[in-house]
Amino acid sequence: MNVSFILILLLFGTFATYLAGDKFAKTVALFFSLASVAGSIFILNQHNAGIDESFMINWISNPNIYIALKVDGLSLAMLLLTTVLTSLILFSSFGNNYNNSKSFYALVLFMSFAMVGTFLSADAFLYYIFWELALIPIYFIALIWGNGDADERKRAIVKFFIYTLAGSLFMLVAFIYLFQKAGSLLIGDLYAIRLTENEQFWIFAAFFLAYAIKIPIFPFHTWQANTYQMSPSVGTMLLSGIMLKMGLYSVIRWQLPIAPLAAKTYMDIFILLSVIGVVYGSIVALKQRNLKKLLAYSSLAHVGLIAAGAYSLSFDGLRGAVLQMIAHGFVVVGLFFAAEIIERRFQTQEISEMGGIRIQDNKFASMFMIVMLASVALPSTFNFIGEFTLLYSLYNVNIWFAVIAGTTIILGAVYMLKMFQHVMLGEQTDKVFKGITIQESVVFVIIIAVLLFFGLYPKPINDLITPALQDIVTKINKL
Amino acid sequence: MEKNLALVLLLAPLCGFLFNVFLGKKAGKGIVGIVGTLSILVSFVASMYFFSLIQSTGKPFQVDLFKWITLEKFNVNFSFLLDQLSVLWLMFVTGIGTLIHMYSISYMHDDENMHKFFAYLNLFVFFMITLVMGGNLLILFIGWEGVGLCSYLLIGFWYKNQDYNDAAKKAFIMNRVGDLGLLIGLFILGYLFNTLDYATLKTAILSNSDILSNPLVGIAALCLFIGATGKSAQIPLYTWLPDAMAGPTPVSALIHAATMVTAGIFMVTRMHFVFDLAPYVQDVIAVIGAATAILAASIGLVQNDIKKVLAYSTVSQLGLMFLALGFGAYEVAVFHVITHAFFKACLFLGSGSVIHGLHGEQDMRNMGGLRKAMPITFWTMMISTLAISGIFPLSGFWSKDEILMTAFHGNIVLWVVGSIASIMTAFYMFRLMYLTFFGEFRGTEEQKHHLHESPSLITIPLIILAILAAIGGLISLPGNSWLNHYLAPLLSKGEHAAHHLGTTEYVLMAVATVGALLGIGLAYSKYIKNGEVPPQDSEIKGIAKTLYNKYYVDEAYETLFVNPIYRLSHFFRNYFEVFFSEVVFAFGKIANAIAIQGKSIQNGNIGLYLFAFVLGVSSILIYLFLV
Repeated sequence: MNVSFILILLLFGTFATYLAGDKFAKTVALFFSLASVAGSIFILNQHNAGIDESFMINWISNPNIYIALKVDGLSLAMLLLTTVLTSLILFSSFGNNYNNSKSFYALVLFMSFAMVGTFLSADAFLYYIFWELALIPIYFIALIWGNGDADERKRAIVKFFIYTLAGSLFMLVAFIYLFQKAGSLLIGDLYAIRLTENEQFWIFAAFFLAYAIKIPIFPFHTWQANTYQMSPSVGTMLLSGIMLKMGLYSVIRWQLPIAPLAAKTYMDIFILLSVIGVVYGSIVALKQRNLKKLLAYSSLAHVGLIAAGAYSLSFDGLRGAVLQMIAHGFVVVGLFFAAEIIERRFQTQEISEMGGIRIQDNKFASMFMIVMLASVALPSTFNFIGEFTLLYSLYNVNIWFAVIAGTTIILGAVYMLKMFQHVMLGEQTDKVFKGITIQESVVFVIIIAVLLFFGLYPKPINDLITPALQDIVTKINKL
Repeated sequence: MEKNLALVLLLAPLCGFLFNVFLGKKAGKGIVGIVGTLSILVSFVASMYFFSLIQSTGKPFQVDLFKWITLEKFNVNFSFLLDQLSVLWLMFVTGIGTLIHMYSISYMHDDENMHKFFAYLNLFVFFMITLVMGGNLLILFIGWEGVGLCSYLLIGFWYKNQDYNDAAKKAFIMNRVGDLGLLIGLFILGYLFNTLDYATLKTAILSNSDILSNPLVGIAALCLFIGATGKSAQIPLYTWLPDAMAGPTPVSALIHAATMVTAGIFMVTRMHFVFDLAPYVQDVIAVIGAATAILAASIGLVQNDIKKVLAYSTVSQLGLMFLALGFGAYEVAVFHVITHAFFKACLFLGSGSVIHGLHGEQDMRNMGGLRKAMPITFWTMMISTLAISGIFPLSGFWSKDEILMTAFHGNIVLWVVGSIASIMTAFYMFRLMYLTFFGEFRGTEEQKHHLHESPSLITIPLIILAILAAIGGLISLPGNSWLNHYLAPLLSKGEHAAHHLGTTEYVLMAVATVGALLGIGLAYSKYIKNGEVPPQDSEIKGIAKTLYNKYYVDEAYETLFVNPIYRLSHFFRNYFEVFFSEVVFAFGKIANAIAIQGKSIQNGNIGLYLFAFVLGVSSILIYLFLV
C-alpha cells in the first residue's frame, strides 16, 4: 500500500457518498474520511519505520508528466491535518440538515481529495490540477448551502472564485516557463534548475500572486471576510482550517526552494507585507459586529504571522510556520464551530444579539473559552509554541518585526476577550440557549485535547517535520 | 524521591483544580472547600521539606522533565529549579494560599458557584508555583500568563455584571502589554546567549566580559522590566489593579496583594545578573518605583471604597519594592515582599470580614464603630495597619526602613519621595481604620441589627496573619539578617543590606518613625478629634477631586490609546476594506471591458475572420522557416 491509496479512497468515498443517498450520505462520508485518517496513520507508521510510501508513475510521456506523490515529514503532517480535520468538520456538521445532503457531503470529501492531492503532489502539473480542483467543491458548497442574501452571496463567492483562480494562472505561467527550462515538472528537477536572479524574481512574483491571494496576505485578503461569513460553517472551516494552508504549504514547498535568491533579496518586503497583515487584521477585527467576520479577520492576523515566519527563510521560521499551521487549523475550526453552535440556537451571527450564554450553558462557555485562549496563544497551548517560534524567528531578522507582529498578543486579547464578553457573559437575555449536545462536545473535546497535548509535548510533530524542513532550508541556502 | 516530591508540590493544586472542575458540583460545598484547601496544604508541606533540605545542603535542586520548545540554536525544556529564592517564594505563596483557601470556605459558602471559585483559586496557585519553580524563563512565562488568566477569571467571577467583566478584561489586556515586553526580553536573551535557563544564563553572563559593552543587554533588562510593570502594577501599567477589586475579596488578598503582583519582583530578582549589568535601567526602575509609590499613595488618601484604599496601598508598596530593586538591593525588596504579603493579606481578609459582616457594603462612609461588634477583625487589622505604617517593632518597620535606608544611600531625592509616600501610607491606613472601626455606625438599621463577628474559619487566618505581620521582621533584623545570609549564595552582591548600625541608621529610623506618627496624628485629628466623614462624591472639590478621580489617568489612556485604535479600526473597516475590495473588482471590470471589445470583433464578418486566419498562418510559417 502506498500513499496513492488515500487519494483513491477519498475519490471512491466521494462517489459512494453521492450514491448512498441523502439519508446515509453523512455517515458514509464520515466513514471514508475516518478511513483516510487510518490510512494516513498507517503511512505515518511506515514513514517512521523508514519505509518510503511515495508513488510515481509516468502519466503523459510527452510532455513529460508524472503522477508523483511524495511522502516526507512535511507532506505527511499536512496529510494528517487534512484528513483529521475533515473528519472533525464532517462530524461537527451532524447537527445540521442540508438539502441534497448527498451532494453536499460528496463535495466535502472531494475537497478533501483535492487538498490531500495538493499536499502530496511532487509534480507541478499534478499539483496545479489538484490546486485548482480544490476550488470547485468549495465554490459550490459556499454558493448553494451558504447563508445570507442570495445575490450578495453570489457576488462574494464568485469574487472569491475568480480572484483565486486568476492568481493561480500566474503560477501556471511560471510552471510552463520552468518546464521549458527543466524539461520536466518533477519537483526535484525544478529544485535543480539554476535560474538567474531576474528569472527568479518573475517566478517568485508569479507564485506570490497565487499564494498571497490564497493565504491571504494583506492586501490580497478582500475575498476572505465575506466568503467566510457567507459560507456554511462547514465551508468556512474547510477554507480556514485547511485550504488556506495550501498556500502556506506551497510557499514552503514550491516558492522558496525554486526561487531562493529572489526570496532572500526581497525577504524584507514580504515579511513586511505579512506583518502589516497581522496588525491590520487585528485592528479591523476590533470593530466587527459579525462574529464570523471577526473570526475571519483574526484568522487574517494569524496566517499573516505564519507567512512572515516562512518568509524569514530560517529554520525556526519554517518550523514555527508548520507548527502554527497545524495549531491554527484546529483552533480556527473550534472557533467557527462555536460560532456555528450559537447560530444553530440563536439564528444569528450578530454579536449584539448574543450574550448571557455562559449563565445558561457553562460547559459550552468553558470549552469555547479554552479554544479562545489557545487562539490568543496562551502558553501551554499548541498555538503558543507556534507563535513563540514565529516571533523569535522574526526577531532574528529584525527586532522591529517581532515588536510589530508581537502586538498581536495584545490586540488579539482585546478583540477576543471583548467578543467573548459580549457573546457569552452578562445577564441572561430572553433568548434561550439549549445546552450543547454530546456530539457537539465531542468535537470540542478532541480539539482541546490536541491543543493542550501538543502545547505541552510538541516533540512528535517536531520529530516528524524536522528532517523535511532541514532539506528545504538546505535548498534555500544552497545558492 | 525529591523529584517526585517536587512534582507533588507542583501538581497537587492542579489535581485540586481538576477535582473541583469535574466533580466539584456533585461533591458539594464542604468537600470542595476541603479538597481545595488540602491540595494547597500539600504543596506547603512539600515546600517546607525543600526548605529544610536547602537549609541543610545549601544546594539547589533541579528537575528536568522533557524537551518542550525546539529552536535551531537551543531547546527549552520543562525544567524546574528549587533553590533558595524559589523555595522561599513557594513557602509564602502556598502558606498564605492555604490560609486564604481556608478563609474562602466560609467567605464563599453562599455562592452557588463555590466549586468554580475553588477551581480557579487552585489553578491560580498551580500557575504561581509554575512561575516560581520554573527552571527557565519560558516556564516562568507559562506561569506568568497562567496567573494572569486566573486573575482574569476571578476578577470576572461574577460574570453577570459587565462592569466586572470590563475590569477583568482590562487586567488581562494591560498585563499582555507587559507580556510583550517580557517576550521581547526573552528573545534578546535567547539570541545573545542561546539559552533561557537561569543557571546557564548566569554563567554565560558572568563569564563573558564583552557582554558589558553590548547595548542589547540593557534593552533586554528594560524589556523584562516592562513585563514587571504589567504584572506588578507599576507606572505606566498600574491602572488595572484598583479595578481588579471587582473580584471576591479572598482573590484580592491572594492574587492582587500577596502573591501574583509580586511576580515582577521575583522575576527581577531572578534575573538580577542582567539588571546588574544595566545601571541605566536600574535607575529607571528606582525612579518608576518611587513615582508609583507616591502617586498611588496620594490617590489612596481620598478613596472611600475600603478595598480601593488597600488596592492603591498595594500599588504604592510595590513601588517601594521596585525602589529597592533599582538600587540593586534585591534582598531588601524580597524582605518587603514577604512582610507585605503578611500584613496586606491580613488587611484584605479583614476588609473582607467587614464587608461580609455588612452584607456587601464597601463604602467606608457607611461604616464606623465596628470595633465592638468585630473585635478580632479589628485587632488583627490594627496590628497589620501598625505594621504597614512602619511602627516599631512590627514587621513593616524593619522592611520599609531598609528600603528607605537603601534609597538614602543611593539618592536623597528618592529617599524623600519614598518617605513622603510612607507618611501618606500611615495617614490613609489610619483613616481607613478610624472610618471603619471608630465613631458611630453610619449604615442602615438593618445592617446594624445584623452586625456580627465573622466565623472562626475567617478569624483564624486573620489571627495567624496578624501574628506573622507582627513578628515577620525577625527574618531580617539589621546587622544580623537571616534572610541576607540565606539569599547570599544567589545574589552576588549580597552585602548591600548588611548596613552596619551606625548613627545615620538610627537617625533614619527615628525620622521614619516620626513620619509615621505624623501621618497617624493627622488622621487622628481629622477623623477622630474632628469626627469628619468624607463628603459625598459630588461634594469633593479641588485637589481632592483630582486625587479621587485618580489624576484622570484612565481617561487619559482612553483618549490617547483606546479611542485612536478604535477610530483606526473604524477607518480601516469603512474605507480601506472597501477600497481594496473595489480595486479587485476594478480588475474584473477591466477584463470585462476588454471582453466587450473582443465581442465586437466577433461580428460575423467572414472577411475579417479570413483576414485574421491568413495573418495567423503566415505568422506561424514565418516563425517556422525564418526563426
